[in-house]
Amino acid sequence: MGSAMNASNPWFRVDHDGQTLRLTAGGPWTVYHAAAVDAGLRAIATNNASVAEIDASQVDALDTTGAWLLLRTRALFKDAGLKINRFDIPQNYQPLIGVIEREDLVAPAEVVTHVSLVAFLERLGRATHAVMIQGVGILGYLGRITVEWFKLMYAPQRHVRFTATVNQIEQVGINALPIVGLLMFLIGVVLAYQGADQLSRFGLDILTVNALGIGVLRELGVLITAIIIAGRSGSAFTAEIGTMKVNEEIDAMQTMGLNIDDVLILPRVTGLVIALPFLTFFADVMALIGGALMCYFQLGITVPAFIRQLHEAVNVNTFLVGMIKAPVFAYVIGMVGCYEGLNVERNAASVGKLTTRAVVESVFLVIVLDAGFSVMFSILGF
Amino acid sequence: MAVETQQNAQNTDEPVISIRGLVTNLGGRLIHDHIDLDVRRGEVIAIVGGSGSGKSVLLRSIVGLMRPQEGTIEVFGEDALATDETALRRLQQRWGVLFQEGALFSSQTVAENVQVPLREYAKMSQELMNEIAAVKLAMVGLGEDAATKFPSELSGGMKKRASLARALVLDPEIVFLDEPTSGLDPIAANAFDELIRNLQKSLNLTVFMVTHDLDTLRSIADRVAVLVNRTLKVGTIAEVMRDKDPWIQDYFSGPRGRAALGS
Repeated sequence: MGSAMNASNPWFRVDHDGQTLRLTAGGPWTVYHAAAVDAGLRAIATNNASVAEIDASQVDALDTTGAWLLLRTRALFKDAGLKINRFDIPQNYQPLIGVIEREDLVAPAEVVTHVSLVAFLERLGRATHAVMIQGVGILGYLGRITVEWFKLMYAPQRHVRFTATVNQIEQVGINALPIVGLLMFLIGVVLAYQGADQLSRFGLDILTVNALGIGVLRELGVLITAIIIAGRSGSAFTAEIGTMKVNEEIDAMQTMGLNIDDVLILPRVTGLVIALPFLTFFADVMALIGGALMCYFQLGITVPAFIRQLHEAVNVNTFLVGMIKAPVFAYVIGMVGCYEGLNVERNAASVGKLTTRAVVESVFLVIVLDAGFSVMFSILGF
Repeated sequence: MAVETQQNAQNTDEPVISIRGLVTNLGGRLIHDHIDLDVRRGEVIAIVGGSGSGKSVLLRSIVGLMRPQEGTIEVFGEDALATDETALRRLQQRWGVLFQEGALFSSQTVAENVQVPLREYAKMSQELMNEIAAVKLAMVGLGEDAATKFPSELSGGMKKRASLARALVLDPEIVFLDEPTSGLDPIAANAFDELIRNLQKSLNLTVFMVTHDLDTLRSIADRVAVLVNRTLKVGTIAEVMRDKDPWIQDYFSGPRGRAALGS
């Protein structure tokens, strides 16, 4: 833009006159024009000169960038062993030169990123190390929260924040009912539709109900609810606590003698542990309703027939296997959310970064735990 | 661009910023009631006023972050409220803004922050950009070690210096400073005042600043504009102090005012 406004270009000329190297410069030497002369100035050959004269009196515009180019060139000549006999610049730019000249002019060493095997291995090592540190941190926090929880059980009248806990149950439980209900209803519909599509080829339409009932009650109900809640409430925990950290609210609480675990962490984790089983139950029911509806329209299975078939397909254990996971998932989601919230540093970017991390970690842990539960239940024979 | 600067500096007393009949209404509350203000080239003008009197709003209106309800704002004779994108870009290269908390981009190092305007507006090699960033950081009194740090690793004073380096990187003609010394200890604040004064003189800058700091007023402001009762009273400190307005009297003659102004 600057060059468009300014038709002329900066120029310089190098003359060798015996032992004297003469650099003559003119035109606009500003930040917008610097690129035109930068490389050329670096490449000036001093040959056998022993004396240098720099005449920039024809420069008609100079800013800090232009001044730096002149001073850098002078420094280059000096380094090459030349004696500087003249350094002429227009009088009105003298103060500008003064500002830069009095600074210690050392070109900075920037961090250069090498693309190589070593750099790759280094990154891999750093990432692995970070994951391990993170794992140890979460494990440590798990222990700490568990200890705090036992303290809470031991002396409930001193530690329990009843209002805060109930408030959390409302936030993470009741307020999540619409989204969880809608999504699980749709998942019931999808499962029934896909099941019917496949099983009707073998004339086993009725087994759609079995597949739906077992799939939803054992696995999908709790798993999908937990994932929704990790995205909805786990992230909220991190963002809320993280923002308080940025604002120094956490520090303020500590100086007032408030126990952060009692006031902020346990109400959230406890609220979630209480709310998630109920949410899971609600999710199971909604998915079955969606499935029943689809069975009726797609396969003509009436609601009484659906219920009879469901009754045969599943027993209380199927339902309990799903339900028992809910508080465990809730505990992990709440704990990770709070842990990352407390890790937030005092800058705004950190809140966003750690919120993302909290969601990724809690979803990851939920799925890993779910796999662990499957192995355990199959060994136990449920 | 700098060519014009020099020519203008030589041949004109025309104001670089000219505000006429500015009316700002925020959420039903009248903040500015037909304000007029001229800022001359090469001067340091300080806007003072009570909390919530609309000092920062005035600054934000000039740099185009807020739109007033009525009035005109001209910067370098160009309409700053015009919506012409290219004209606005051209203006934006001729001013730099230092925000109260620095507003450094937190995901970039200090050097990268300083290079952002270079990367956007001036095409040059990375090597030269590094050098210029180092020069600017040295000018604001930051050492090489600060260049590779992230904003979160800097103290408040260093953040302001780094942010000033970013504001100055294109050699603007006007710098806007929003509370440049707030949050700094008195020594750091003095040093910052001195830095601004030195740079203002050697780079021939026009400085428009919003401040609370009476010491800053005394040591670097050529003129003061006081925002009281939704209007501006402009003059040198001595002139403004003679005003009978109770707020102005309180401000300049209160214990802090007397201490700072030594009267």
